[in-house]
Amino acid sequence: MNGLLIDYNWCSGCHSCEIACKNEHDIPLGKWGIKVTEDGPWKLPNGEWHWTNVPIPTEICDLCSKRVSEGKEPSCVQHCQAKCMQFGPLEDLVKKAEKIGKKAVIFMP
Amino acid sequence: MSKPWKREENGETIVRSCAWSPPGCHPVGCGVQLHIKDGELVQIEGDPEHPVTRGALCPRCLAMKDVIYHKDRIKYPMKRAFEDRGKDKWERITLDEAFDILEEKTRYFTDTYGPESIVVFCGTGREATVYHNELTFMGFGSPNACYAQSGWSCYAPRVSSMAYLMGGGYPEIDYAARYPDRYEHPGWEAPKYIMLWGKDPLKSNADGLWGHAIVDLMKDYGTKLITVDPRVTWIGTKAEYNLQLRPGTDAAMALGILNVIINEDLYDHDAVEKWTYGFDELKERVQEYPTDKVAEITWVDEDLIIGAARAFATSKHSAIGWGLSVDQNPNGIQVGHALLSIMAITDNIDVPGGCTLGLPIDDDTNVDMIRRALEAETIDEATFSKRIGAEEYPFVCQLMSTNHPDSVLDTLETQEPYRLRMGVFQSSNVVGGAISAAQERWLEAMKTSFEFVAATELFQNPTTMALADLIFPLKTWVEHDTLVESHYGFNVAFNGACNKAIDVVEGVDDLEFMMKIGERMFPEYWKQFDGVDDYLAKVRLPSGYTWESFREEGIVQPEEIYRKAEKGLMRFDGEPGYMSQSGRIELWSHAYSQFGDDPLPYFIEPPRSPVSTPELFKKYPFVLTTGGRRYTSFHSEHRQIERLREIDAQPIVEINPNAAKRLGIENGDWVWIENEFGRVKQVAELTEGIDERVVHAHHGWWFPEQDGEEPNLFGFRQSNINVIMPHKEIGKLGFGDTFKCEICNIYKVTD
Repeated sequence: MNGLLIDYNWCSGCHSCEIACKNEHDIPLGKWGIKVTEDGPWKLPNGEWHWTNVPIPTEICDLCSKRVSEGKEPSCVQHCQAKCMQFGPLEDLVKKAEKIGKKAVIFMP
Repeated sequence: MSKPWKREENGETIVRSCAWSPPGCHPVGCGVQLHIKDGELVQIEGDPEHPVTRGALCPRCLAMKDVIYHKDRIKYPMKRAFEDRGKDKWERITLDEAFDILEEKTRYFTDTYGPESIVVFCGTGREATVYHNELTFMGFGSPNACYAQSGWSCYAPRVSSMAYLMGGGYPEIDYAARYPDRYEHPGWEAPKYIMLWGKDPLKSNADGLWGHAIVDLMKDYGTKLITVDPRVTWIGTKAEYNLQLRPGTDAAMALGILNVIINEDLYDHDAVEKWTYGFDELKERVQEYPTDKVAEITWVDEDLIIGAARAFATSKHSAIGWGLSVDQNPNGIQVGHALLSIMAITDNIDVPGGCTLGLPIDDDTNVDMIRRALEAETIDEATFSKRIGAEEYPFVCQLMSTNHPDSVLDTLETQEPYRLRMGVFQSSNVVGGAISAAQERWLEAMKTSFEFVAATELFQNPTTMALADLIFPLKTWVEHDTLVESHYGFNVAFNGACNKAIDVVEGVDDLEFMMKIGERMFPEYWKQFDGVDDYLAKVRLPSGYTWESFREEGIVQPEEIYRKAEKGLMRFDGEPGYMSQSGRIELWSHAYSQFGDDPLPYFIEPPRSPVSTPELFKKYPFVLTTGGRRYTSFHSEHRQIERLREIDAQPIVEINPNAAKRLGIENGDWVWIENEFGRVKQVAELTEGIDERVVHAHHGWWFPEQDGEEPNLFGFRQSNINVIMPHKEIGKLGFGDTFKCEICNIYKVTD
């Protein structure tokens, strides 16, 4: 089973995944195959900044099965400017998430 | 590149290309694959083989189909009767007819009033900027190329400073961009620190720097960050030092950092000894900027300033990424000088992991363009000497070869020293866009002065609707062949081929426009070129390439050579050193002194600030900075692209929640931003990322969905922050404006 790993410490909130996904799946205005949620900036109790973006896939996401069958990456993963998204079998992603250590999430849309 | 530039696959033609403009962007040259079916663009993807962007793409390029096939796109040439200016009353004509009219008008104004009565405008960042002078001097024969930004405050101040201080070679963060194998290249090293100074490159990709490379460097190569910015940016939240300074106090901050580096003996003695000039004088000058005083001026904790200075100076090698805040400040030439001084005395210029350096700029790079024009006799010396403002502001106008933008508005208003009668707009929305100050004054003055106006554009905008008598549809970067040179040639990471993939409009690209009017006005010169591809090969491509061989290669990366000054590569005579008057990087500048300014960097307060105008500040009690970028637009462009507008729907002004609470303003409220020049309204976004005493307004707003006709003109007066930016608040030498250091009041819209 495949999933989508987000190293969300590095999601810059650039919205590329959103439009790339809309292109791939021909999604109309007001609807999304993946959407970036944003929280911040605000100061943590320790004085550091919190500003976190996390792209969240919707039910439209099929992990780009057509593209993947052609040997390509899912469109959001390829176009991600911060290179903070990875696609692959869950077991590989779990290992990668462990290596990242914190602020990682795996989606199984 | 493993594949040909154009190939057939699954019933589609796939064209490889490097993106630029139109619509506007900087010359980043992002790698794309364009899927074409039955002559139509059906899909656009990033190109995984592109060495810099490696498959990624920003939302604006991903939405290119929406731009190209937008219902409001100008699709054929049109004219409008002079008396119908301001009305949406256009008549379709052919391209030949359009050029007939343009030629006839050009000849009429040239013959009757002299070629100087024609002024050619160009917007920021876009492809047209590279050909702006050439179009003006060799297409129209006019001396008046105008970049209408007050104080020419974009990139040119930085480039000119470098030319005067070290003979050129724009310094840029070393992100391994010249290597095909990028970060894996032997001998390359990652910057230990990057100091981002008034720059948000992830959004702006400014000047051709691929901004998300900063994320690569931090995520994978351990680079640490220092940000110097009134706002905390997203990347700034990851910074080790965040110097949130009061807008406009950059020079004081840079001098404070120099004070620490010099007084704590953290500078590189060898680099100072060998490659700089005037260190003792600089050392004396920085004594005027002790860190306690700088902390008071800049509103930044002294410990943070000292910590950042120490971290940068003791971590070889490190880089400074200097941004638009250096330009949009009347004190900006001194900011640039101080930042170059920091790079030079810490030995971070032209070294792996420091700042890379472009090749030397001939002290008349742009003068070279005028020399070509003089040789081709498309313009003569007497005409060139009539450039508006050139005598008053030689520091600006000698190197840029343009006129002075603020002087142009003075001339339009006074008709002195002569009347400008014909305006040509190379996709520049001067009235409701991002660059001009006092936009209402520009509008009125141009309406009064111009007897004829021609424009090239993708879409109608406030400028075309108010003024144009003739419009040429502009082809996007998907619709024409051209060369992308990152940093406009001043520090080239690569030369990229932008390949034509489709035909959509009956129009021109920026090159065709120049060549077609050139062929009509000056056939003796222009007949040597057999079309755009031939012109590119003869004038613009790296030597040894034809257009066909260049586009097949796709990307040509020049060799990265560090420490060029030691090798005699920074001087045309092959001697070691730099092409400044002393042969070194000038911390004490001969040129600045000769132009009548202080040879050393210094700080001056912005014209209006809590310190310089305390009484006025009681009435307008916020420091106002403007112009931060969003991912979904290029300055004033992309406003009609629904999928992008869905993400950023309205103009935003950022306010600290405590300040908003005092004013009874809630998140999402429309608020007036008012100063002594007027008021505009934007939507309040409450954020802790900005000081309680500072607000930040977004720029370039107009509303394509509103009535375009006069007097509304797509509603630019409602929200465009440049409506209330003052005219001619420029620096002593002519560069700079106050777009990033004004004052204002904020209050809720109640009517």
